[in-house]
Amino acid sequence: MAKSVSTPGIVAGRLSPAELSENFSDLHPPFDRHEAAVAADRCYFCHDAPCVTACPTSIDIPLFIRQIATGTPEGAARTIFDQNILGGMCARVCPTETLCEEACVRETAEGKPVEIGRLQRYATDTAMARGSHPYTRAAPTGKRVAVVGAGPAGLACAHRLAMHGHDVTLYDARPKPGGLNEFGIASYKTVGGFAAAEVEWLLGIGGITPELGRRLGGDLTLEALRDGFDAVFLGVGLAGVNALRTEGEDRNGVRDAVDFIAELRQAEDLTALPVGRHVVVIGGGMTAVDAAVQARLLGAEQVSLVYRRGRDRMNASQFEQDLAASKGVRIITNAQPLQVIGNGAAREVEFARTEETAEGLRETGETFRLRADQVFKAIGQRLHGAPETLKLDGSKIAISGAGRTSVPGVWAGGDCASGGDDLTVTAVAEGRDAAEEIHAALSG
Amino acid sequence: MATLQTDFIGIRSPNPFWLASAPPTDKEYNVRRAFEAGWGGVVWKTLGLDPHVVNVNGPRYGVVYGADRRVLALNNIELITDRPLQTNLDEIKAVKRDWPDRAMIVSLMVPCEEQCWKDILAQVEETGADGIELNFGCPHGMSERGMGSAVGQVPEYIEMVTRWCKAATRMPVIVKLTPNVTDIRRPARAALAGGADAVSLINTVNSITSVDLDLMAPEPTIDGKGSHGGLCGPAVRPIALNMVAEIARDAETAGLPVSGIGGVTTWRDAAEFIALGAGNVQVCTAAMTYGFRIVEELKAGLLRYMEGKGHDRIEDFRGRAVPNVTDWQYLNLNYVTKARIDQDACIKCGRCYAACEDTSHQAIAMTEGRVFEVIDEECVACNLCVNVCPVENCITMERLPAGAVDPRTGRSVQADYANWTTHPNNPAAKAAE
Ligand SMILES: Cc1cc2nc3c(=O)[nH]c(=O)nc-3n(C[C@H](O)[C@H](O)[C@H](O)COP(=O)(O)OP(=O)(O)OC[C@H]3O[C@@H](n4cnc5c(N)ncnc54)[C@H](O)[C@@H]3O)c2cc1C
Ligand SMILES: Cc1cc2nc3c(=O)[nH]c(=O)nc-3n(C[C@H](O)[C@H](O)[C@H](O)COP(=O)(O)O)c2cc1C
Ligand code: SF4
Repeated sequence: MAKSVSTPGIVAGRLSPAELSENFSDLHPPFDRHEAAVAADRCYFCHDAPCVTACPTSIDIPLFIRQIATGTPEGAARTIFDQNILGGMCARVCPTETLCEEACVRETAEGKPVEIGRLQRYATDTAMARGSHPYTRAAPTGKRVAVVGAGPAGLACAHRLAMHGHDVTLYDARPKPGGLNEFGIASYKTVGGFAAAEVEWLLGIGGITPELGRRLGGDLTLEALRDGFDAVFLGVGLAGVNALRTEGEDRNGVRDAVDFIAELRQAEDLTALPVGRHVVVIGGGMTAVDAAVQARLLGAEQVSLVYRRGRDRMNASQFEQDLAASKGVRIITNAQPLQVIGNGAAREVEFARTEETAEGLRETGETFRLRADQVFKAIGQRLHGAPETLKLDGSKIAISGAGRTSVPGVWAGGDCASGGDDLTVTAVAEGRDAAEEIHAALSG
Repeated sequence: MATLQTDFIGIRSPNPFWLASAPPTDKEYNVRRAFEAGWGGVVWKTLGLDPHVVNVNGPRYGVVYGADRRVLALNNIELITDRPLQTNLDEIKAVKRDWPDRAMIVSLMVPCEEQCWKDILAQVEETGADGIELNFGCPHGMSERGMGSAVGQVPEYIEMVTRWCKAATRMPVIVKLTPNVTDIRRPARAALAGGADAVSLINTVNSITSVDLDLMAPEPTIDGKGSHGGLCGPAVRPIALNMVAEIARDAETAGLPVSGIGGVTTWRDAAEFIALGAGNVQVCTAAMTYGFRIVEELKAGLLRYMEGKGHDRIEDFRGRAVPNVTDWQYLNLNYVTKARIDQDACIKCGRCYAACEDTSHQAIAMTEGRVFEVIDEECVACNLCVNVCPVENCITMERLPAGAVDPRTGRSVQADYANWTTHPNNPAAKAAE
């Protein structure tokens, strides 16, 4: 019998292939030439523009928009890539509503910012469609740098180093490069295999040798890397997940949201990907929202996102929360899980109501249950398996300056390093800046 | 009750909006629909002698865009009507018969021989048209054949042809002027001397709108070549307004009826021409760009403006701005203003800062939190910040009251009027009595 949204349990094929492809299409479809021209005309070319300040990679936004307006999108792309070599991905995944577009003076003036993200995508897509890589390398320096982690931080660092003439070996534990661009970001933000295509385009500069399936802490040690290379950059992200420590966490159907998302991102055929009928997501950040929304899009009948504090404390932006609501995700705040109930497989989750008090978060004593055949834990990722010689700052690798760690010759950036938001664009900025510092150190 | 009805040199029309002589008025089908849409009159597309001219068969128009591909100006390399004379005459007659209350003016351009003008005037009179307009303005193509602006640039020819026409017809004669001259008053005086009942201006401005950088040829490009064309539309309006004002201010031509043309797009544009003395306006580019329907906005807007100001008729405010158009030397140098920025309206784009900083005066300070403030010690009141600010009325010019000290000059503002003619820095100044 054909499956539907109300088929009990965790099953595949709740929706038809047509429905799935519609659901997982581009969240913000690309601008065509005309739309880009209209949107570009709205930019005021502000003095010392606030959007530039708000962009972690400080792209000269008014300049690139002016270049689009004058019919030179490839010049615009160059302006973007000079600051942010992953400008294509950032155009798709940046929470622009809390970055550049929030700062846009037209947001102040009319509540409608210039659509910077989509214009950036128009420029970068146009340039990347040319196929050729726009940068050339400086004369070889003879220096070798190991970059560990091929996520946005590592890629940005490797590209900048290669540009300056250094030879880079890019290690990653996974079988594919890209980091969370490839395994984490919601599908509808980066459709059509863009993450992989972008990495390939980026590597087009030459001088970067990817070594995949190589894990630091596995066959690689920091000591060996320091011996074998002139410098080391760590961009290993947050490979661990926070534990929930709730009774019944081991029941079938309970899993980490990031694993579900990675599986979804790598799925060749979404009709073969199972999802529950009643899905409960625990957490309040971007990962929780992405898991919840994509569970709905796969055909889960009911999806609830449960966060232990109030809505104002959720890490997911207003835009993300609205997106979840518009896709039919129910957001429940001020509730934390007590136990996962079920006989082998999960059936229900019991929650305690909470309230914020002067002493902190407290359970009110009231409880309730939600039906759940699938439970996703999304209560945060954390650094995992970092070499012990590195000093930490809280739970992350301590850095000073542009990513300098406590160990000489070793830099770090992106999610694994202290400071900055855990965003793709921040990782790019940190990788790039660390590369400049490494370059200065190697040239000195 | 205010009315838009006008009587221009004896030609009545229900409103002052006429379609200028151009493609929208080149055939019966168009003009009938224009009248249905509500236009007060038309100047029929310029007629010439048979055999009729031929137009190029490639693109005729070039364009200057503003934001969002808004047409700021068109340029054209079109000639006068390319249909047989009799066809046009028959159509003019038919339309005029069915629309007696609308103004029907016929634009003419024939070689500079008296007989040519006599012949065609007799034929036009036959149609029942209300008047004629002499096209001394077309700057391309026809001018190479000794007509159009080739006549309009020589005051003696204007006077001569106007005189022939006045002698040959009972119809009122409007002389259409070309702006491609250094002093518009000379052709206007010549028209007056020849007996013209009115002048209309402007015709199009010589222009090359753009160059195709692949073909290395001006646009519109015909088989790899282009010629200059005539520019019209909103971008030429300032040129037209000034020329209309010059004619209104000139001792000789003051009072000569003027039909204002050039970039009229909204009711406000029309009101401005009228304020500078025009008795009505003609419209071409706006109708070509947006269609005949724009006349609705033109009529409604002008009527509402007149009602708001208590003007019953166009004549009530016609020419009211003329006395306030003066020469620079008579401007009051004791009128001191300073730019003021409304911080609540400010959206913090900083365009005022960039403009003032890089233009000359460095009179805007940018402080913590993107707060922009005018430095009175430096502000010369040039108005550039007002001009570049995207928010209307966010930056305004406020007058310093008499007695206040202008921090820029350290002098106190005088209450009296004093201009350059008496200023001590003027070597030719006459001491004030
Ligand atoms: C579900 C989800 C959705 C997100 N959505 C957005 C979004 O929409 N917009 C946004 O801006 N940000 C988003 N983020 C955050 C963003 O993805 C990260 O901030 C960004 O990817 C960090 O880049 P990075 O290079 O530091 O780390 P990562 O992208 O995590 O890359 C780290 C790389 O290091 C490798 N690695 C890890 N450990 C080792 C080791 N020991 N040895 C070798 N290699 C190792 C990993 O395999 C991985 O390839 C999201 C994150 C998640 C989890
Ligand atoms: C395509 C085109 C053809 C024109 N043909 C004539 C013409 O035959 N006779 C004439 O007197 N003016 C002609 N003009 C000039 C217009 O009548 C008018 O003077 C000029 O366009 C300025 O007005 P506007 O800014 O409203 O367009 C033409 C203009 C255009 C755009
Ligand atoms: S406007 Fe009409 S006549 Fe002119 S080019 Fe276009 S289709 Fe042809």
